[in-house]
Amino acid sequence: MSNPVFERIKQDITENDVVLYMKGTPMFPQCGFSAAVVQVLSDLGVKFKGVDILVDPSLRDGIKQFSNWPTLPQLYIKGEFVGGCDIVREMAAKGELQQVLKDKAVAFQG
Amino acid sequence: MSVRATIERKLAGGLAPSRLAVIDESHRHAGHAGHHPDGESHFHIEIVAEAFVGKSRVERHRMVNALLAEELAGRVHAMALTTLTPDEAGG
Repeated sequence: MSNPVFERIKQDITENDVVLYMKGTPMFPQCGFSAAVVQVLSDLGVKFKGVDILVDPSLRDGIKQFSNWPTLPQLYIKGEFVGGCDIVREMAAKGELQQVLKDKAVAFQG
Repeated sequence: MSVRATIERKLAGGLAPSRLAVIDESHRHAGHAGHHPDGESHFHIEIVAEAFVGKSRVERHRMVNALLAEELAGRVHAMALTTLTPDEAGG
């Protein structure tokens, strides 16, 4: 049986190179951890789609089940779960996030 | 038992860490969504453990998340994690 929320998530992360499931929007993050990841992506000049899970409770629970990851934000690059705030920040600091973007042919600056 | 003590006990039992720091940062999130009036809602956790050797960051966090599933589903609103092997931590 297909789960409609999972189908939506799959569609989102397939149609967009970089997707951030977050609290609030990229312009107005509602959580410090979400804001931190928006900052990392913005610093790298990465174009991404922000999905505000606060406006949709089914998505809020669904994304946690989808990735088997209990917290938000969650970053996906080319359909693949990359991690949450700590992981994204660590990866960016060590140049590993840039490498992932390069390997997956996603445009960024720096 | 406090939430912090429970977290320490579960992580110590599950990962046998050589270093473990569970820091309650709830006061820094007062008034923020998910903040609990009695604190113990936001934690910063640093773990150095042999168990992380050969594991990716996502795998390491999943190990911690699994051990703390009950806390994450309840009182704990946010958790900042640093997961290092003894080598990465500088011995």
